[in-house]
Formats: sequence, C-alpha cells, structure tokens
Amino acid sequence: MSTATPPPVSTEMAEDETHVEAKTPHGSGGSGRRFGRSATGNAARAVTNPWASAVAIIMALAWTTPTVGLLVTSFRNQQDIQETGWWQALSTGFTLDNYSQVLGGAEGQPPLTDFIVNSFVIAIPAVFLPLLLASLASYAFAWIDFPFRNALFVGVFALQIVPLQIALLPLVTMYQQIGINGTYWALWLSHSAFALPLAVFLLHNFMKEIPASLLEAARVDGAGHVRIFFQVLLPLITPALASFGIFQFLWVWNDLLVAITMLGGNAGEGSLAPLTMVLNNISGTLGNRWYLMSAAAFISIAFPVAVFLSLQRYFVRGLLAGGTKG
Amino acid sequence: MFVTSAVVTAAGDTVSRIGTMFLGLAVFGAVFIGILLLASLFKGRVGEKVQAAAFVGPTIFFIAIALIYPAILTIRRAFYSGKFFDLNFGTPRTRGKFVGFDNFQALWTTPGLPEVFRNTAFWVVLVPFFATGLGLLYAILIDRARGEAAAKALIFLPMAISMVGATLIWKFVYFYNGSPDATQVGLLNAIITKLGMQPIDFIGNPPGNTFALIAIMVWIQAGFAMTVLSAAIKAIPDEIIEAAKLDGVKGLQMFRYVTLPSIRSSVIVVLTTIAIATLKAFDIVQASSGGKFGDSILANEFYNRSFVTQQPGLGAAIAIVIFLLVSPIIVFNVIQLRKDA
Repeated sequence: MSTATPPPVSTEMAEDETHVEAKTPHGSGGSGRRFGRSATGNAARAVTNPWASAVAIIMALAWTTPTVGLLVTSFRNQQDIQETGWWQALSTGFTLDNYSQVLGGAEGQPPLTDFIVNSFVIAIPAVFLPLLLASLASYAFAWIDFPFRNALFVGVFALQIVPLQIALLPLVTMYQQIGINGTYWALWLSHSAFALPLAVFLLHNFMKEIPASLLEAARVDGAGHVRIFFQVLLPLITPALASFGIFQFLWVWNDLLVAITMLGGNAGEGSLAPLTMVLNNISGTLGNRWYLMSAAAFISIAFPVAVFLSLQRYFVRGLLAGGTKG
Repeated sequence: MFVTSAVVTAAGDTVSRIGTMFLGLAVFGAVFIGILLLASLFKGRVGEKVQAAAFVGPTIFFIAIALIYPAILTIRRAFYSGKFFDLNFGTPRTRGKFVGFDNFQALWTTPGLPEVFRNTAFWVVLVPFFATGLGLLYAILIDRARGEAAAKALIFLPMAISMVGATLIWKFVYFYNGSPDATQVGLLNAIITKLGMQPIDFIGNPPGNTFALIAIMVWIQAGFAMTVLSAAIKAIPDEIIEAAKLDGVKGLQMFRYVTLPSIRSSVIVVLTTIAIATLKAFDIVQASSGGKFGDSILANEFYNRSFVTQQPGLGAAIAIVIFLLVSPIIVFNVIQLRKDA
C-alpha cells in the first residue's frame, strides 16, 4: 500500500470486521470476559457496564426506529396512517395495498416497475465500464514501467477531489453536441468518468499487494502483459473487483444529482428516470400521502440493502481500503 | 382493448430498455477486448510501451474528456453572464458576456446566498463532528461485546440507503400536522405533544430546519465512522495495552492516552472524508424541500442556480467555491497521513 494516502487500516483487518464475535473468552473474571482485553474495553468498563450498555442500546434504537417507522407505515392503509401513529399499528392491522398501488401506478404516478427497470439498466453498465477500464489502468500503474507513471497516477488519484458539480453542466452540453443527451449512454459515461479515479486508486492498491515473484515467474515463461493480466492478476483481484463493484452499484443506484442533471428532471411516464428521481419527485408532489411514499421508498431501498447485506464483507473491505466517494 | 395495448407497449418498452443495456454492455466489452487484442500484437521493448499506453490510455483519455475538460469549461463559465451554458457553440445572441468576477461578487450580494453559506458552515462543522463522535462512541461501547456484528449492521445500514430514501424516512419522523388538535403521526411531534408541548414544524421553520437536516446526514455517516474506527481500534497491538496496564493506566485515561493517539490518523481520515461528502451532498436538502425554507446549502444551490433559476454563471461560481472548499481539506488529510507514515 505504498500510495499517496495510506489507508487507515490494512485490508486484512477487514476480515475481522465480519467475525460475529471476538473469540477470546480469556480471563476468568466476568467483566474481563465480556470486553476482552482491548483498551476500549477498559474504557467502556470505566464508564461502568450498565451505562455503556444503555447508551449503546439507545443509539441502536435511535438509528433503527426511523426506518422501522416508515417500514411499518408502508403496510398500513391510508386512513390508519392519518389517524394513528405507526406504533399503534398492531391494533389497526396491515395491508399490502400500498405496494400493489405503487407498483401498478396510482394517484397519477406511472407504475414503479418501469423505474425499477431503469435503475438496473442505468446501474449495471455503469458498474461494468469503470471496472473494465480501471482494472487495465491499475494493472499498468502497478506493474508496467512507463514514462511519467507516478506523475500520471498521482494526477488520477488527485482527481478524486474534483466535485462532480464542477463537470456536470459542460458534460450535458457535450452530450447534446454528440446527440446522446438524455439517454442511458449519457448516464453510463458520466457515472463511469466520475468513478474512474477512485476505481483506479482502489484496484491499484490491491494489485500492488500481489507478490512480484508471481508476475516474474509468468514473465520468465514468456507470457505478455495481456496474458498475465488475464491468467495471473484477474483471478487474484476478484475480491477487489467485487468491493469496487458493490460501491459503484450502491453509488449509482442511490445517485440523484447525475440522473436529475442528465435527464432534465423529468420523472414521468416513459422517462428513463431511476427510482431516486421518482422518490424525489413524489416527495414534493404526493406531499402527505405517506401510504404511497412509504411503499415507494421501501421498494427503492430494498435492492441496495439486499446487495449490501449479502456482500457486506466486500463492502467493508473496500471501505477500509480507502473507498469513499461523495 | 386500450388497456391491453398499453400493457403490450409497456412490456415492449421494458424489453427495449433491457436490450439497450445489453447493447451498452456489449459495446463496452468489445472496446475492452479490442484494446487487449491490439496490445497483445506488439512484443519486445516497443511492445512494453504500446501495452502501457493501451492499458492506461483509455482511462486517461476518458478522465481528460469527461472530467478535466468540463471542469475547465466550468471555471471559464463562471466569468461569463447569460442564460445558457453554450459557451463555445452558442449563437452570439445567446452567448454570455465576459463579466469578470461579477458572478463571484453575486455570491455575497444575491439575497438568500449569505444564509446558504452560513448553513453550509453549520453542515460542514456539525456533521463530521457528530458523525465521528457518535461513531467512535458506538464502536467503543460495542467493542468485543456479544452480538457485535449485528449491532454494527444496525448503525451501518443507513449507508446503503440513498440520501433521498433517508430523507423520506426522516421526513416521516419529523412529520408535522399544522391543523389544531390533529393527531401527530410523526414520532417526534407525537412525543412532544404527549409531553404537553406544541408540535414543531421541523422541516419548514428556519433556522431550526437546517439542524433537522444535519441530523439526517449524521444518521447516514455515523456508520461509516463507526466501521473505520472500530477496525482501527482492533488493530491496536495488544502489547501496547498490556504495557499501559502494567503502568497502571486505566479506563478513560487509557482511552485518552493510548486508544485515541493510536487511532489518530483514522479519526482524521474519517473527519475529513465526512466533511467532503457533506460539502458535495445535495440530495437531502433537495428531497426535503428543495431548499425553499431557508435551509439551502451550496451543493443544492449549485443545482438551483444552474437549472431552476437559469443562472449558469452563478452556478459555475458555486461549483468552484465547493471545489475550493474541498481541496484544502484533502491537502490537509494527505499532509497528516504523510506525517504519520
């Protein structure tokens, strides 16, 4: 990890992240077993255990209650939502109507299924393209010697700081000139361009960790860079590709700014808008119709949360290797 | 009859959209394979150079065309007036006039913009501070406790939710029913009225609404802080802690003199990363009210000025201000990390 910004912790640490519990029941004393022997365990013990637990539980509740509240609301009918709080839901009953209405189209809203398709159609190539380009570039930056290599790498790395706001409007004009404005192509290319600096940086970090002897052995056998890339490197950096892929998928799926800029704010029938744009729209137009908004919100949240929960370990690994983007 | 045909077109439309996706994937894949085939044709010392160019070239080219060149255009645009973005290709009638620093001056003189700067300052100070503080507190409290992974996932999950979705979730928590004697179905106002106080319009009332929105961003970012700091805490070598223990260091002292110094660089990375994300985040303000209740911030104002009020010169000036605010944070970050290394 000899790059401009050393990541805060090594990637091996990320493995620990997913372990369910610390498996060190050493120390026969009750408190020692509870916290292990970490410094923070001691700190927590100093605040006395009941207090520490209480604060942790309060925080966990504060972090989950808002989501639970809207989730419960999405299963209640319109009248119940208006008359009673969601915490009284057990006495008023549940329904799936909101979901069928939102998916089928209600209150002048086009069916949400169209926009689910859009979100996928936007996200998948927008993950694929930067992965392809960045894996090639990061291989060259890590293992091929060429003039200005370090300067170029630092340049690409530094571009992470360019806020995408600064490139957005001219990009729209450029897309207009080549006739792809308002199409999926404009979104794919934009998302890829904004992702590349981070992708190159992340993948380069992983590529660098592969032992040079492996590559030298392949070179001695007469393999060219293309063969080495495919046969040696690519299988080894699959976890890194997965890490970045998840990042980019969540980022593109959750993006509002690029979509709203490239598609001109139209989230109506037949538009190419992703779910986030529809949500943003109905947040204004549907006003207080929470029975529809809550269901729509959860449909859009469901996919990234599913991806996140099933692939959490790769996500955390990428995060700890410096994968953050705003 | 009509309905069925509508369904058929909708289905056909979906198929064509997915078809476009596969076309896109095929084009991108073909470009990738083409580059590799081309590169593999060359051998020897020249081949090395050609292959390097083939591997790095597309990325550099892409970044230059789609990031650097547009950024330069935006910087130029900030010095021009006019309604349209077309700087190079517009007709003389629509083309903007060179106005020097007028757009930057307008940042201070346009009504509403000074409070945008004030709000942004609140965001960029409070969000990193509270998100990092709460994330660190939680990481310490649950460190090696039972069910740690599940406890972490609870705090971490908001990271996977879009900011628009998160804003909707919180708008419901903040929900305010203005009509007298109405049942408050928003959680916070229900609690407030239960305690015998008047309900509060959290989203519509400046300057309080800014803090309500800041809380949403803290809610999202604390999970990131918690994850990184928790990993940093676990990476502290046991020997250091044992040594400190033998010296009689205990409890909060241990945190102050051993844990905190050990994770210092991670804390800085987390603080700065969240500060940068906060400066760029426009979704929360956009999805809550579009910033019309005196709660706008720079990132949202960039969008408003560029597209809604059609002042692209002013929008470009705001984008440059965001860039100028982000840069020193990152430079600071890199310097700090260099010092540690």
